[in-house]
Amino acid sequence: MIFLTMKVAKQTFKFFILVSFLFANAFAMADNSSKDPVVSGNKVDTAEEIREYISHHLKDSHDFHFYTHNESGTHYSFPLPVIVWTSNGLKTFMSSAFHHDDAGQVIVDKGDTKLVKIHSKIYELDQGATSVNFDAEHHATNAHKVLDFSITKSVFGMLLTGLLMLLGFGALARGFKKGKSVPTGFSRVLEPLVIYVRDEIAKPNIGEKKYRKFMGFLLTVFFFIWILNLLGLTPLGFNVTGQIAVTACLAIFTVVIYMFSGTKDFWAHTLWMPGVPVILRPILAVIELVGFVIIKPFSLLIRLFANITAGHFVVMSLIALMITLKASFGPVVSTGMSLLLSLFIMVIELLVAFLQAFIFTMLSSLFIGMAVEEHDDHH
Amino acid sequence: MDQLLHDFSPGLFFMQGIILFILIVLMRKFAWKPILDGLQSREDGIQNALDAAENAKLEMQNLQADNEKLLKEARAERESMLKEARDLKNKMIEDAKTEAQETANNMIAQAQAAIESEKKSAMAELKNHVSGLSIEIAEKVVRNELSNKDKQLKLIEDMLGEATLN
Repeated sequence: MIFLTMKVAKQTFKFFILVSFLFANAFAMADNSSKDPVVSGNKVDTAEEIREYISHHLKDSHDFHFYTHNESGTHYSFPLPVIVWTSNGLKTFMSSAFHHDDAGQVIVDKGDTKLVKIHSKIYELDQGATSVNFDAEHHATNAHKVLDFSITKSVFGMLLTGLLMLLGFGALARGFKKGKSVPTGFSRVLEPLVIYVRDEIAKPNIGEKKYRKFMGFLLTVFFFIWILNLLGLTPLGFNVTGQIAVTACLAIFTVVIYMFSGTKDFWAHTLWMPGVPVILRPILAVIELVGFVIIKPFSLLIRLFANITAGHFVVMSLIALMITLKASFGPVVSTGMSLLLSLFIMVIELLVAFLQAFIFTMLSSLFIGMAVEEHDDHH
Repeated sequence: MDQLLHDFSPGLFFMQGIILFILIVLMRKFAWKPILDGLQSREDGIQNALDAAENAKLEMQNLQADNEKLLKEARAERESMLKEARDLKNKMIEDAKTEAQETANNMIAQAQAAIESEKKSAMAELKNHVSGLSIEIAEKVVRNELSNKDKQLKLIEDMLGEATLN
């Protein structure tokens, strides 16, 4: 992948877009033929279905779904590779093997392992079972989850973001490497953003002397989150930064970085706070440690996750107003309202997309700044 | 919370970790390092250029001040030189005047001295001449007296009249 990335990075941006669309089309067309009779005529038009639809969107999915034709039930989507670690070792196949089933109906038989997909999660059937049994709460009773390393839609989104970043900033870097001191073209847009992160986020929080070491992480995380947030606002329907696993991973990176770059001063202040009665010191140490190891990263991961999830939820609900209010206001009024409100929220979400990337990076650099701070100034 | 834990996918977490790590490494190497270095060198360049301009300005000001000072000095020097020259001229004129006066005085004094001495010598010569004449007259008178008494007397009378006239 890396090799491929590097190879593609040499090509122009336009070329990449073109290729990706060609691929998307090819997949969509390939899938076009495999009509699914089970879900034909599945209009999403009741409140219950809308709720289902939204909660389904907020989850990660194993195929890249564009839309489903209402009457024929044809799915316009392309499959993504499924890579799972089962009790019988690694299994790989394309997600098209599930035929868009998400209720555990279609069983993928990989010789010794039978796999089903229930609510965007892949389950392995217990030995000897031939179909999934559900209990009253709709939990599978004879199947268990597997470790899922699939290239899901979120992973695909991350790879796409990574590629975009490598291409965009790679071009900017090449400009500088060639000795040009003023970038041209799209790089001219990216350069002030890099300067912004450096001068407004890293330098004031970490300090002029030490910021340089953390710029790689901060810049990468800032643009990674921002681009993913923005991708989430496109009709492609990514919801990567709304996946708690993703935000948790980002937060853990921050923790690891500030824990490992903590100065002697930082540890002295955290574990054995000077200037306080000795009896209080262990208590303070516990509080500080809990703060640094659990509370701070938790606040980071929850903030990003909740903001993005809520944003997606609100936008989709407002779009769904078109359907839910049709009965009481008529099609024109409900559509107009829905358009106006969702446009309004979309503009706010555009701001939130930046804001959350900014806050995450800002707080990360603040925590790093705390860890690398020299305390000699106030003793 | 239960829902959150249920939705948490360890696989996705793992993939994200790997992707993010690789992305950070790649971006550091291929993007951030050259970009930050480029920005830094550009900013340093700008700063240096500004500093150089500032220095040049200061130097220019110094130079101008120097010029002004030099000009002033030159003017003062010219002024003093002119004054000196004027003084010198006056002094020279003065000196020349006094010297000329002195020389003239000396010359006058010498001339007067010469005249005096000439006069003296002339008087002396005249006295000698007169005394010679007197002796001569006396000789002639003595001789006449010896021949003619009246004549002798008359001669003496004439002679004496002549001598007083002289």
